[in-house]
Formats: sequence, C-alpha cells, structure tokens
Amino acid sequence: MVNSRMSKEIVINVCMGTGGIAAGGRDVMDAFIEAFRERGVDGRVEKHCAVHQVGCRGFCARDVLVDVSLDGERTTYQYIQAAMVPRLVEEHVLGGQPVTEWTVGPEYHAFHDRQVKVVLADCGNIDPDRIEEYEGVGGYTALRRILSEMSPGEVIDVVRESGLRGRGGAGFPTGIKWKICADNESEVKYIICNADEGDPGAFMDRSVIEGNPHAVIEGLIIGAYAIGSAHGYVYIRAEYPLAVERLRRALDQARAKGYLGKGIHGSRFDFDIKVKLGAGAFVCGEETALIASIEGERGMPRSKPPFPVFKGLWGKPTVINNVETLANLPVIFRRGAAWYASVGSEKSKGTKVFALTGKIKNTGLIEVPMGISLKEIIYDIGGGIEKDRAFKAVQTGGPSGGCIPSQHIDLSVDYENLIRMGSMMGSGGMVVLDETDCMVNIAKFFLEFTQSESCGKCTPCRFGTRRLLEILTRITRGQGRPDDIERLERMARTIKDSSLCGLGMSAPNPVLSTIRYFRHEYEAHIHEHRCPAGVCRELITYTIDPERCKGCGKCRRHCPVEAIEGQPKAVHVIQQEKCIKCGSCFEVCPEKFSAVLRA
Amino acid sequence: MESPALEKLESVYTAYRESGGSVVSLLQDIQTEFGYIPQDAVHWMSGRTGIPASRFYGVATFYAQFYLEPRGKNIVTACCGTACHVKGAERVLTRLREELALEPGQETTRDGQFTLEKVACVGACSIAPVVIVNHKVFGKMGPDKVPKILGEYGEQPDE
Ligand SMILES: Cc1cc2nc3c(=O)[nH]c(=O)nc-3n(C[C@H](O)[C@H](O)[C@H](O)COP(=O)(O)O)c2cc1C
Ligand code: FES
Repeated sequence: MVNSRMSKEIVINVCMGTGGIAAGGRDVMDAFIEAFRERGVDGRVEKHCAVHQVGCRGFCARDVLVDVSLDGERTTYQYIQAAMVPRLVEEHVLGGQPVTEWTVGPEYHAFHDRQVKVVLADCGNIDPDRIEEYEGVGGYTALRRILSEMSPGEVIDVVRESGLRGRGGAGFPTGIKWKICADNESEVKYIICNADEGDPGAFMDRSVIEGNPHAVIEGLIIGAYAIGSAHGYVYIRAEYPLAVERLRRALDQARAKGYLGKGIHGSRFDFDIKVKLGAGAFVCGEETALIASIEGERGMPRSKPPFPVFKGLWGKPTVINNVETLANLPVIFRRGAAWYASVGSEKSKGTKVFALTGKIKNTGLIEVPMGISLKEIIYDIGGGIEKDRAFKAVQTGGPSGGCIPSQHIDLSVDYENLIRMGSMMGSGGMVVLDETDCMVNIAKFFLEFTQSESCGKCTPCRFGTRRLLEILTRITRGQGRPDDIERLERMARTIKDSSLCGLGMSAPNPVLSTIRYFRHEYEAHIHEHRCPAGVCRELITYTIDPERCKGCGKCRRHCPVEAIEGQPKAVHVIQQEKCIKCGSCFEVCPEKFSAVLRA
Repeated sequence: MESPALEKLESVYTAYRESGGSVVSLLQDIQTEFGYIPQDAVHWMSGRTGIPASRFYGVATFYAQFYLEPRGKNIVTACCGTACHVKGAERVLTRLREELALEPGQETTRDGQFTLEKVACVGACSIAPVVIVNHKVFGKMGPDKVPKILGEYGEQPDE
C-alpha cells in the first residue's frame, strides 16, 4: 500500500555519462521506470516523479551512481546495478528508509570536498537534454544580459579581467585572442569550438558536452557577439556519438528558444552554429589543421603566421576556443570577473578539469582550482595509489606532455609550473603511474601514438618520430646501444626545433621528460638488459617457485598456449620455449600462494 | 554498379550539390550508405563531380574513420588509450588477435564475422582496460575474459 507519506516529490538521477552507461546506467534507468510502473508509483504520487539521466558525476570509479531525492533530500548510492533497484524503490522510495549499506562512503565526500566546480557545477545535476533545466540553474541569463546591456568591447574587457586562459593546451589568454579578432575589419568572421579532444587518455571535453551542452553553446554565442561573428562551428569527434547527439539536440532547443538565429532575443545580433564531425585524426585538434578539415580536405596544418585570428576558415578571421574555455564563460559573466580571478594561482586563474586515471583509487573527472598541489590531487581527491603501491609519476599533457616524478609531488599545478617540469597542461589528462610501470614503455607508448598520427607534411616530424620510436623499441627489447640515450636527446631537440606544427614540436616531450627523471631505467634496459618494473616482455621471464606452488592448476588452465605442465596437487612448471610472456599465470595465481615469479 | 547502389550515390551527390558539401562530407555520406568506401563508388563520384579520385583517396586514407574494405558483422573495439595501456590493454589486444586468428595487418576475420580495431580512450578509463563489442562496453578486461566475450557474438544467425 502506498500511504499518505507518499505525496512527495521523487526524483531519481542516474549517471548516464559514458562511464555510467558503460557500467550499466541504461539498465538501471529502465529498472527504475519498470519498478515504478509495476508498483503504480507514478499514478499515486501526487507531485511528480521523474527518473532523470544526468551526465558524468565525476566519481566514475563507483558507477553507476544514483541519487534518490525525496522532497529535495538527496541520498547518493554507488555501484548500483539493475538488480538492486527493486529494493531501493521498496525500502527508500516507498518506505522512506535509505538503504545505508549501498550509499556512498567518506571517499565520495573526500573526492568532492577539495574540488571547486565551475565548469562541472551542473554536470550530473541537470538533464542535458532539457534546456529548461539549464535555464533553471541560471543558464542563458549571462547571454541575455550581455545582449541587452553590454557592447562587444565591454564583453572582451570582462574576459580579459577574469584572466581566463585557453584550456585547449597552450593557455593563451582568451580575452586577448578575442580582442585581436574583434579589431580585425572583416564582413565575415568565424568562431569555432574545438571539441576534437585528441589526447588518448582524456575525456573532459566529451563529459562537459555530454553533461551540460548548453554551457558550451552559451559560451560560443558570447564569443561570437564579442568578435562580431555570425557563423559558428563545433568541430567534434565522430567517435563521440553520445556527445554529438546531445549537442545536436541542445542546438535545436536553443534555436527554438531564440538563443540562436536572427535577431537573438530582440537584439540585432544574428548567429547560428553548425556541427562538423571530425573523422579521426589527432592532428586535427591543431587549429590550422582543424580549419583544413572543416573546409573538407585532409587535415594538414600550415605554418603560422598568419594566425587564424587574421586568416582562418575560408581565409576569414577566426577564433578557435576549446570546449572547457567556452564553458567557463557563462559563469564568469554570472559571477563576475573579479570572483573568477580570485580563484587559482597568480598567472593561472580559475579552475581546471582533469581526467584523473591510471593507478589511483578514485578515478574520474575532477575540477580543481589552478595552483593546487599534485599531492592534494593524488592523495586527498584520488585517495592514493591503487593496492597501496608506491607512487612513481604522473603523466600530464598526453602525447605532448611529460611525466612528473614522485619527488615533485608538492608541485603546484598551473601552466607555467608544468612547463618548467618539462611537461604541460595539455587538455587535462592526468594518468597516475606506480612502481609497476616502466617509463621507457610509457615513452614508447606515446611515440607510437604521435608517430602514427604525424600527418607527414614536414620531414622532422614524419621521420623523426619514426626514428625515435625505433630506438625506443630496440631499448625495450634489450637491444639498445650504449649511446642511444644521447642519440634520443639529440634527435628530440632537432624535432622540437624544426617541426611545422605543435604535434611535432611537442612529440619528443614524453621521451625527454622520462630521460630527465628516469635515466636509470633507460640505463638498466640498455646496459643490463633488465626492465626494473617488469613490463618489457622481451626482458622478463616467468617461473614458478616450487616451494610455493600448491598445484591448484589455475595457471595451467589459463595459459593460452599450454606452456604450463603439472599434475593436480603437484608443482607446476612453465616451459620457457613455449611461453609467450602474456602474464596470465602471474595474474591468476591466487594471492595466498603467489607462486608465479616475474623477473 | 547495381541500380540500388546507383540510386544511393545519386542521392549523396544531390545532397552535396544542394548543400555545398566537401570531399570529407561526400566520403562520410558514401560510408553511411555502404558501410565502407567502395572503389566503384569513388570512381563514380569522381566522374560526377570532376574531383580526381586521387583526392578522394588522399582524404580517405588520411582519416581513421574511413574504411576501404567491407567490415565484419561484429565490430570489436579495443581501447588503447593511456589509462587502458597502463592497465594492460596490450595483453588483451594480443589475446583478441589470437582468438580471432588475425594475421599481422589483418583487421577482419576471413569469415567476415569480426573486425578488430584499436581506438584511443573511449571515456571509460575508470573501468580500464575497456573493450567494446558493437555498442556494448566491457570493462576491467583481462586476457582470459576474451574467449567468453567473443563467444557471445560470432556465429549468430542473421537477424
Ligand atoms: C597536435 C595538437 C593537437 C591539439 N588538440 C587539441 C584538442 O584536442 N582540443 C583543443 O581544444 N585544442 C587542441 N589543440 C590546441 C589548439 O590548436 C588550439 O590552441 C586551441 O583549440 C585553442 O583554444 P583555447 O585558446 O581555448 O585553448 C591541439 C594542438 C596541437 C598542436
Ligand atoms: S584510456 Fe581506455 S577508456 Fe580511457
């Protein structure tokens, strides 16, 4: 029976970011809808009852995250699967008693407490598919006020005062970029949102678009007004189908509400936005390559100057801004430039979103004030290293960045400091590495990426990245030559100095920074044919310790090439000539025996 | 070319002419229609638009998104992004190639059941390493989970 206490407002929020969906978010949502239908909740509840999908909640490690709100009182659950939903509905929604054993624990609060949410503030709280929800949290008020009260010049002044710098990697001051473009006399100008997000370990921009597409759209409209552009583009990867879908829906809604189109909200300002799908090339994140790609050609960069603010898309002045840069703008105008400039470090203002991943307990999307220390990110927010292993380094800036070693854990994170350490902010990937990661292997991983993504237009990058990769490959195979480290350094410098675009100029960073901090690992590979972290296949062997093996047979059953022999309850042996060093035996050997050895 | 194919190409061409497309958008539309970029389609379009076939191929081979061969019935996508890499994606990939009996450089199984492709970061780093089959995401993958997952697909009867 549904009693009178039930005339409450019931709202269920299910995380439906990519991480949430991957963990089964859609099934959880269906289960709620089904459970409500079965129990007739919808009919008897007098106020409304809604199951919402929301974008990324950040704490992806505990997906599927579900909020149950009764009359605004919110309880957050973690690790929810469809099968658990009936009990949640029965005990909490209908019975009023939260299921305490499934609610989030102190880590959830620790994860959120140190964060400052500007860009992500509404991600995970509003339904990205409903413009009314964005308007309900103050969305589009900045735009309306700007259109009725401010001149383009005043808009640019506010952005300059805020100190906002580009979040796409280079950190160029946004207000200055806009000013240069605005001062440029031209009938036609373009503004482009760069949502190509090529860093292979990052998903911030995608999550922002999936969680709050209207914030990006509002930012783009503000930018267009400031520089005097009537045509905007969002260049987004085709590999992000969910983000594309939500963006398109959001654009339709913005058009229907008169935020896009002719004479926006009674002003004389016309502006509309087209979506262009990227076709899968990292270099297309570089602005001149991106422009070539929108023009429908191969996405090859060209040399600068002329910069796109003078000569960009179809030869016209063009501003290109990153997704996160744009998503900051509505908030800057709502809360004021002075407030924004009060967050962050001296030269880097505001917050930065990072995709915190790798060997860390709490993985997910985080937003922190610029200037926060690595230590706070890794230990307070991230909860420390997985399996309590030793922290070794953190990789930032993806294939253009580098590794910051554990001795610099107190580093305060901003644009300048990261560059000083031989890395860079990049788009915000932050991959934590532990003692079981081989730094030569990491450098090789990134070089494999840049080598295959080099567009081939300029020789230093096309051949240089290939040569670097060849040398790294032979080092990881134990065939390194005594002078290989010097050779790598010399070539890396040449490539940095002589490449045409940012891809080549930054491609050697992963190599240089790992040599700088982990030279001894390179030396161990080259001189001793040893991989200290036990990663490089050619340099390790697996054996079974006869003292510890209890003959459970698990390794034998899991070996894909039948290289392990042994009778039940008798000591097993790995036949080295058959072993492909896949490591399956090492992984499946029960921890209480730990009989498989890797050396 | 057969007439249904010709009809598809005509409509792609019409859309291009009417809305001012480009080489990239033409190729994207061709791929949407055929599932890949057939050689005949490129030559037909080249004749129709006057754009040399070499330019189509220049663009098609530049971007990872274009396929010059028909693809398998099931698409297996192995994430090889940074987070997945440090969590052992390579061993998963090796096992996938073994189970699908793919030669080096081969992407689609001989029976056309599976195509294996690598991508960089699918945005689910928290459950790395990640493998996606068609649109279903499998997280926390290990080499020994591969046979079971592939077993769910494969010799299905046509739907
Ligand atoms: C190889 C390469 C890849 C890049 N990839 C991206 C990207 O994925 N997203 C992005 O916003 N900027 C990327 N950039 C930076 C852009 O060229 C450009 O600086 C940026 O979009 C400007 O926007 P912002 O000022 O708002 O940061 C890349 C640059 C290079 C050299
Ligand atoms: S690196 Fe594989 S999902 Fe991000």
